[in-house]
Amino acid sequence: MTKFVKGNEAVVIGAMYAGCDVYFGYPITPASEIAHAAARWFPSVGREFLQAECETASINMVYGAAAAGRLALTATSGPGMSLMQEGLSYMAGADLPGVVVNIMRAGPGLGNVYPEQGDYNQAVKGGGHGNYRCVVLAPASVQEMCDLTMRAFELSFKYLTPAIVLADGLLGQMMETLALPEREMPKPDTTSWAVHGTPETRGNLVVSIRPTALEQEAHNVRLQAKYAAMQVEAQHETYLCDDAELVLVAYGISSRIARTAAEALREQGVKAGVFRPLSLSPFPAPALCRTIEGRRALVVELSSGQFHDDVLLQIAKAGARYQPVGLCNRMGGMVVTVDEVVAAAKRELAGGAPGEPSGRLS
Amino acid sequence: MTQKKTVGMYESFVRSGQPTRATHYCAGCGHGIIHKLITEAMVELGLQDRTIIVNPIGCGVFGYYYCDCGNVGAAHGRAPAVGTAINRGRREAVVISYQGDGDLGAIGFNNTFQAASRGEHMAVFFVNNATYGMTGGQMAPTTLVGMKTTTSPFGRDPLTAGYPLHVCEVLNQLKAPVLIERVSVADTKRIMQARRAVRKALEIQRDGKGYAFVEFISPCPTNMGLDSIRAAIFCMEEMEREFPLGCMRDNSATAVPRAPVAPAPGVEAFFAQSERQHQAPVAEADEAFKEQRLKFTGFGGQGILSLGICVAEAARLEKRFTTWFPSYGPEQRGGSAACSVVVSGKPIGSPAVDRPDVLVCMNQPSYERFAPDVRPGGLVIVDASVPLTMPAPAGVRVVSMPAIDLSLRLGVPQAANTMMLAALAWLEVTGLRSEHLLAALDASFKKKPALVEKNRLLFSEATAWLERHVPAEVRG
Ligand SMILES: Cc1ncc(C[n+]2csc(CCOP(=O)(O)OP(=O)(O)O)c2C)c(N)n1
Repeated sequence: MTKFVKGNEAVVIGAMYAGCDVYFGYPITPASEIAHAAARWFPSVGREFLQAECETASINMVYGAAAAGRLALTATSGPGMSLMQEGLSYMAGADLPGVVVNIMRAGPGLGNVYPEQGDYNQAVKGGGHGNYRCVVLAPASVQEMCDLTMRAFELSFKYLTPAIVLADGLLGQMMETLALPEREMPKPDTTSWAVHGTPETRGNLVVSIRPTALEQEAHNVRLQAKYAAMQVEAQHETYLCDDAELVLVAYGISSRIARTAAEALREQGVKAGVFRPLSLSPFPAPALCRTIEGRRALVVELSSGQFHDDVLLQIAKAGARYQPVGLCNRMGGMVVTVDEVVAAAKRELAGGAPGEPSGRLS
Repeated sequence: MTQKKTVGMYESFVRSGQPTRATHYCAGCGHGIIHKLITEAMVELGLQDRTIIVNPIGCGVFGYYYCDCGNVGAAHGRAPAVGTAINRGRREAVVISYQGDGDLGAIGFNNTFQAASRGEHMAVFFVNNATYGMTGGQMAPTTLVGMKTTTSPFGRDPLTAGYPLHVCEVLNQLKAPVLIERVSVADTKRIMQARRAVRKALEIQRDGKGYAFVEFISPCPTNMGLDSIRAAIFCMEEMEREFPLGCMRDNSATAVPRAPVAPAPGVEAFFAQSERQHQAPVAEADEAFKEQRLKFTGFGGQGILSLGICVAEAARLEKRFTTWFPSYGPEQRGGSAACSVVVSGKPIGSPAVDRPDVLVCMNQPSYERFAPDVRPGGLVIVDASVPLTMPAPAGVRVVSMPAIDLSLRLGVPQAANTMMLAALAWLEVTGLRSEHLLAALDASFKKKPALVEKNRLLFSEATAWLERHVPAEVRG
């Protein structure tokens, strides 16, 4: 069964097939269709939809629903995402699962509603206070808006940690064919830790407070171990990389542009490929290092170089040989064009040793 | 306090480290009394297994040391949001939001106000001790005028710090709350009244009747700078003058219990029967198919976005890969509309169309903005009302067609986009078969079947016009 839907609608379909019980959200462009679809569809299948009074409320509602062992979803864009950092930190601290979808728009501040990827660091590096990070998945198609929302629920409940689906205005607004999931995911059993308002969960306690330094340190050590264990869930995809002399490294919508650019480059005799992480946290560092080793690499992103910085850091942390990586980016809602990527790739290849910086476009 | 064994509390408070019977509260503090009133009513009403207390941030943060029921700790001020979600997720749960005056009246006041306004199913127990106890006696929204605190060292000055916040009175402006009452725990007589209010609030939860709010005037000897007895007297004299006790509203007798949830279909059944479902075949790879990148532009209301969707739907019927991406946000409200469609024989990379193969222009601004980007060998279809103020790029064909005028003359002014669809079909520039473009056109009127025939007619009129006026060499 297929449907031709917006990325934003696909998120809701994915959430419903994941067994999501409740949606809380506050309107913001370009994420609002997620709330619209949830408002239309959730009640039809006996699930809760509530328009919250603000994003601080939305995320704390996700916290509350999770504490009660429910699968909860909220969606927003930059300004709302900033407000949600409080709740995300509390969820991480209380080992609570739940999914937040960020349909990124241009910032900082009010910025505008056009596509950007400028919330990368906020999503991937924690964003709120304290020693935590979230699961962060990066869809690149309407199909993945659905599938990775389902996977976000799965990982979130497997590791009891909040998960973020990091997309952008273009992915949210565009329509593509979606193949509906085969079946609804089985509900996780939360009886051992959640409060259901039942005799068997009466003794359960959901808090993020650890009153002594010793307890808090132990908790933080445990959180870090959990994040290390999550590494096996890292996912990536390569396109035309086997014989590539140049690898375009990009996630989300940028990887779609990179894909077209790689095809255009090949038509012009340049062997280009694409490496794309589907999970940004955990990051598929070993696969990235393997793919770009001995080749030139060019990051394509719709932000200031946040992803580029992280690629360099991930290579360094993986212990791979230092390798400069070029950057081709636009910001502010300007979407990098295929022609721009092609030109940057050629500059990258023309410049000296593999990976010598090709200069920023903007 | 009564010496009888308190029910609903743990035998000893192990969660605070060493097991102990002593609470973490200071002597003379009202919090402990309020915990007892709550747990007692919870047990007496048979609600212990169903109860979930949302603990605040403030001196009440450790409520879970004592209260033997489900416990959740919320961020500062967010207990109403957390409680809202717990009850919406678990209707059988009895939700208690326990909050201090900084937590509820300052940082979380909007959360409280909105939860009350929605009539969430929860009992809110609000501890008004006129100060921020936990953080060292700072001024609270409820601090009395002239009262000295660590952040109002010269006494609260209403000219700079405003006046004490009367939370019950503010909430009493709202329609949804079932119970709003202010009580005190400063002496035994008052505690008896407080006990009745707590019970009522929990009965309302037991019966699924809605939002209940109970405020407690509560002594804080430590931060009031008084001994236990004087702090209690301060509550009864000074605080009650500002915050008179009493029940402001009790609609519990007439409030209607909420209806049980109606059974609903499962997700799979829902989508199987969903009217928005399109039964299109899955796309198939076809290396021979030349990818087409199209851009549709004009004014909002000209059907630009649906024209694009129609082409994308035709592509789906033909087992092509396709993407559709609209202009959105303020751009749209400014009156212009645009969308990009890609049709391909393989999975599509960029859905953005920077260099269109085909550009459809229904107004002048979009012609001027987008025509220069059309690829050599590409085509611009422009409405005849648009003056060609500038030449198209070299190697780009331009077809001007009176789509708006024709549709007007045929009596369907909103159908200029159908005329443009006919032009795309006749010019053979989408790589898609006319039968699929027509089938997609039909499908777009699924909800208004009367328009199907009409639009087919317009489509053939447009085709006839093209036959007469456009040389066949332009096609393809
Ligand atoms: C976001 C945030 N800001 C500030 C604090 C610090 N803080 C903890 S408790 C508290 C005030 C508590 O006062 P109140 O709600 O009146 O409760 P009481 O301690 O008097 O019972 C504050 C400001 C916090 N925990 N979180």
